[in-house]
Amino acid sequence: MDREAERGIEQQKLEQLKSTAPEQKMTRRDAMLQLLRLGGVAASAGAAAFWLNEHSVRPVPTVPEQARRDHRSASDPQLPHLTVVQGGEPRALVQRALEDLGGIRRFVSANDVVVIKPNIAWDRTPEQAANTNPEVVAEVVRQCRQAGAKRVLVTDVSCNEPRRCFHRSGIQAAALAEGAEVILPDPELFREVDLGGVVLKSWPVFTPFLEADKIFNLPIAKHHELTGVTLGMKNWYGILGGQRNRLHQQIHQSLADLASFMLPTVTLLDGYRILIRNGPTGGNLEDVVLKKTMVAGTDPVAIDAWVAKAWWNLDAEHLPYLQMAAARGLGTVDFEKLHVKFSQL
Amino acid sequence: MSHSRLPLLRRISQIFFLLLFLGLLIFTSLRPTPGATGDIHLRAPVRLFFEIDPLVALTNALAGHALYRGLIWSLLILLPTLFLGRFFCGWICPMGTLQHWVGNMPSESKRGKQRIDSNRYKRWQTGKYVLLIGGLVAAFFGSAAIGWFDPFSLLVRSVGLSLLPAFNFAVRAVLYPLEHSHISFIKAAGESLHAGLQYTVLDFRQQHFAQGVILGVLFIGILLASLRVTRFWCRGLCPLGALLGAASRWSILGLHKDPSACDKCNRCLLNCQGGDDPIGGVPWRKAECLMCMNCVGSCPHGSLEFRFFRKEPEVATPDIGRRKAVTGLLAGAAMVPLFRANTGMGKSRNEKLLRPPGSLDENDFLSRCIRCGECMKVCPNTALHPTLEQAGLEGLWTPTLVPRIGYCEPSCVLCSEVCPTGAIWQITPQEKGWVVGVGKQQSQPIRLGTAFYDRSRCLPWAMATDCIVCEEWCPVSPKAIYVEEAQVIDSAGNTKTLKQPRVDPSRCVGCGACEYACPLQEHPAVYVTSIGESRSPGSQILLNRKS
Repeated sequence: MDREAERGIEQQKLEQLKSTAPEQKMTRRDAMLQLLRLGGVAASAGAAAFWLNEHSVRPVPTVPEQARRDHRSASDPQLPHLTVVQGGEPRALVQRALEDLGGIRRFVSANDVVVIKPNIAWDRTPEQAANTNPEVVAEVVRQCRQAGAKRVLVTDVSCNEPRRCFHRSGIQAAALAEGAEVILPDPELFREVDLGGVVLKSWPVFTPFLEADKIFNLPIAKHHELTGVTLGMKNWYGILGGQRNRLHQQIHQSLADLASFMLPTVTLLDGYRILIRNGPTGGNLEDVVLKKTMVAGTDPVAIDAWVAKAWWNLDAEHLPYLQMAAARGLGTVDFEKLHVKFSQL
Repeated sequence: MSHSRLPLLRRISQIFFLLLFLGLLIFTSLRPTPGATGDIHLRAPVRLFFEIDPLVALTNALAGHALYRGLIWSLLILLPTLFLGRFFCGWICPMGTLQHWVGNMPSESKRGKQRIDSNRYKRWQTGKYVLLIGGLVAAFFGSAAIGWFDPFSLLVRSVGLSLLPAFNFAVRAVLYPLEHSHISFIKAAGESLHAGLQYTVLDFRQQHFAQGVILGVLFIGILLASLRVTRFWCRGLCPLGALLGAASRWSILGLHKDPSACDKCNRCLLNCQGGDDPIGGVPWRKAECLMCMNCVGSCPHGSLEFRFFRKEPEVATPDIGRRKAVTGLLAGAAMVPLFRANTGMGKSRNEKLLRPPGSLDENDFLSRCIRCGECMKVCPNTALHPTLEQAGLEGLWTPTLVPRIGYCEPSCVLCSEVCPTGAIWQITPQEKGWVVGVGKQQSQPIRLGTAFYDRSRCLPWAMATDCIVCEEWCPVSPKAIYVEEAQVIDSAGNTKTLKQPRVDPSRCVGCGACEYACPLQEHPAVYVTSIGESRSPGSQILLNRKS
C-alpha cells in the first residue's frame, strides 16, 4: 500500500471520530473532581520531595561487627600442652595426638558446630604437600562426628581457584566421605568484622568462622620465603577475604593480630609430609620430605615455636610474630617449660 | 502422518536443541564432581554444536589441511543435508530458533500484506553466499575470520560472554536482599533458592568480560532485526545457512505445489521462514527453504506438500550470479593480505597479547580460531577475554589472557579441552609442564610470556616496604621469582633489610600469578608480556634456556 492512500485512510478515521463525538461541556462536578485529583498528585509529589530532601545523608561505611569469640578449651594440668607423635600414617597420627591431649570429647561436645580449617590454599595434590593431608582432615571429621557434633564444616579461603584447590587437594572428597559439610569460599559469604588488631582493623571474614562453636586449626608445615616458615598461625590468612595481599607488608604484626582474633579449640599441625623448599606452593616432589609426624596442642604459639626450632632450626628471635603473640598472652614460645609428650607409633 | 502436525514436531525439535545448547553452554564451566579427586575434566560434551557444524569443519580443513578432533561429526549434518536440504536451519539451529521466536512476536512493521511481502524472496538474501565464499577463500589463505559470522560462534560469544553473565548478575541482585532479609522464612527461601541455582544456572563466581556490553547489544540487535524481517540473519548473513543451502542443490526432498488447488490466498507466505517463495505460480527456491513446514501446515487447500523425487520447476542453485561470486572470491582473497599488510604481526606484535596455553603460533592460530569464546567461558579464573585491538583487526574477539583479572591456573587445561578447532591444541597438565607430576619426566614447559618488574612501583624496590607476594604465588619449582636481601633506607632515615624480587626468565612460564597477586592492582608492579612465549620461535629472549 502506498503512503498517499494510507494517509487518506487516517484522515477519514479522524473525520469519523469528530462526527460521532458529541460536543460536551464539563460540569462543575467534573471540574472539581479533576482539580481534586490534580491537587492530590501535586501534594503527594511535594510531600515525597520534602521527605526525601530531609533524608539526604552521606552514605557511611558499615560498622564492622564485633565477632571475636574464645573457642579455647579449659586447660587440664594432667594433660600435656603439646604432643609430638611420630612414625605413623596420617589417621593413626591424628588418633594418637587426640588421645594424648585427652580425647576428642575434651574439645567437642554434643550439638557443637565445629569448623575445621585445613590449609586448602593451592591447586596441588596431597603428594606435593602444599595443602593439609586429606586423611588428617578426614580423621578429625570422623572423630568430631563421633563426639556428637551437630555440624562439622570444612572450609578455607583458597589462594588458587577454590574449586580446583578443594578438588585436587583431595580434602573435599575425604571430608565428604566422613560426613562433613564442605563449604567453598563463596564471595557473598563474607562479613565485615573488627579484628581489633594493631594493623588489622576492619576486614571481611568468611562467615562460617564467625558462627562456629569450636574451631580446629589443621595447618601444614611449609617453607616460606618471607618468614622462613609457614605454620599454624599463618593458617589464619585463610579466614580473610578482601585485599589480603597487603598483609605481607607487616607480616609479623598481621600474624599476631590474626592470632589474637582467632582462638582455636585445638591445633593439629600436619607434618606427615612437609615442604622444605619453594614454599608455600611447592609443586616439585623433590621439595617434599616425608616426616610422618603430627604436632598438636592447645597452645598455638608453642606449636609454631617447637616446629620452627625442631625442623627449621629457627629460634623465636627469628620469628617476631611468635614473640608478639606471646607478649599478648596467647601462648608461650618457651616450649621447654611446657609439658611436651613424645609418642612413637 | 498428517502434514499439519509437522510444524508442531519442528517446534518440539527446536525447543529441545535450544535447551540442549543452553545447557551445554552453562556447563562450559568448571564443575568438579563433589567427592572425586584427581585431574579435572569437563563432564559434558560442550563442543557438540561446533563439532556438528560443517562450516567450522570446512574452514578448519581449508586452513589446516586436516580435520581437528571431533569435527568429523559435522558429516552428521552435512550428509543428510545433501539428501534432504536445510532441515538443520529450521529444526535444529538454536540461533535460527531464537530468531524464529523473535520473528513471531507481534510487530507493527510486519503485519498483513506487509508481512506477506516481506516473506517473498529478496535479492539481498544472496549476501550470505558472498560472505560464505569470501570466508572460505580467506580460510584457504589462512584466516578463520568467518567465525565472526558462524552462528554458534555468535551465540557462545554473545550469550556466554554477555547475556549469561548479565543474567547471573540479575539473579544475584534479586537473591541478595532475600538472603539478607530480617524475616527468617524469606531468608531461608532466598538461601535455598541460591543453593539450588548455584549448581545449575549460577556461576560459582560472577564473570565479567571485556566488551561484554558490545557483544550483547550486537546480538540483541541481530535478534531484533527479525521483528522487521523474519529471520533476517538466516536469510541474509548466515554463512552456515549459505553452505547448507549450496549443499542441498541435488537434494531429493522438495516442495510439491499443486497449481490447480492453489487460489493464491498467500497464507503460505504469512509464516514462511526462509523467504523461498512457497506460493504457487513461481518456482520454489530450494537453497533458501529451511524446511520449517509452516507453508504445508497453513495451506487451507492442501496444495503444498514435501515429496521425494518430485519433478517440478525450481530454483535449485543459489541465485548469486557470476559477478557476485567473483566479488566474494576477490574479497576473500584480498582480505588476508590486507590484514597482514596492517601492523600487529611480526615485530610490532602487541606485548599484552598472551594466548592461552597450547595455542599454536600466531599464523596458525588465526587460521583456526573461530572467535567462539568457548575458552573464555570455561576459564575458571575468567582470565581470558576477547581482544579488541590487541591482536590486530584480523584477530578481533580472539582470546587473550589478562593476568590482572585472572592468571592461568598451573594444572588447568580446560581451554584446550573446549577449543573446537585446535587453535588451542589439546594438552594435558603434564604437557603444560608447570607442575612436576608424580613420577613424570618434565620436558620444556609451555610458556605464555615472561614477567618483568616495574621497580618504580614495586614496594621492596621503590618504597622500602616488605612484600614479595609475587614470589609466594609463583607456581613453578624452583620458583621463577627469586629474592635478594638488600639494605634500604626508609623515609625516616632508618636502615632496613628487606627482600627484593627478580625474575629468572629461564624459569618463568608467564602464567601471570605474580601480576594477579601484586597489591598494586590497577597497574601491577610485576607484569607479563608475550616475549619468550614458547609458541613463537621468533619471540625469544634467551640464547639458551636451562631446562
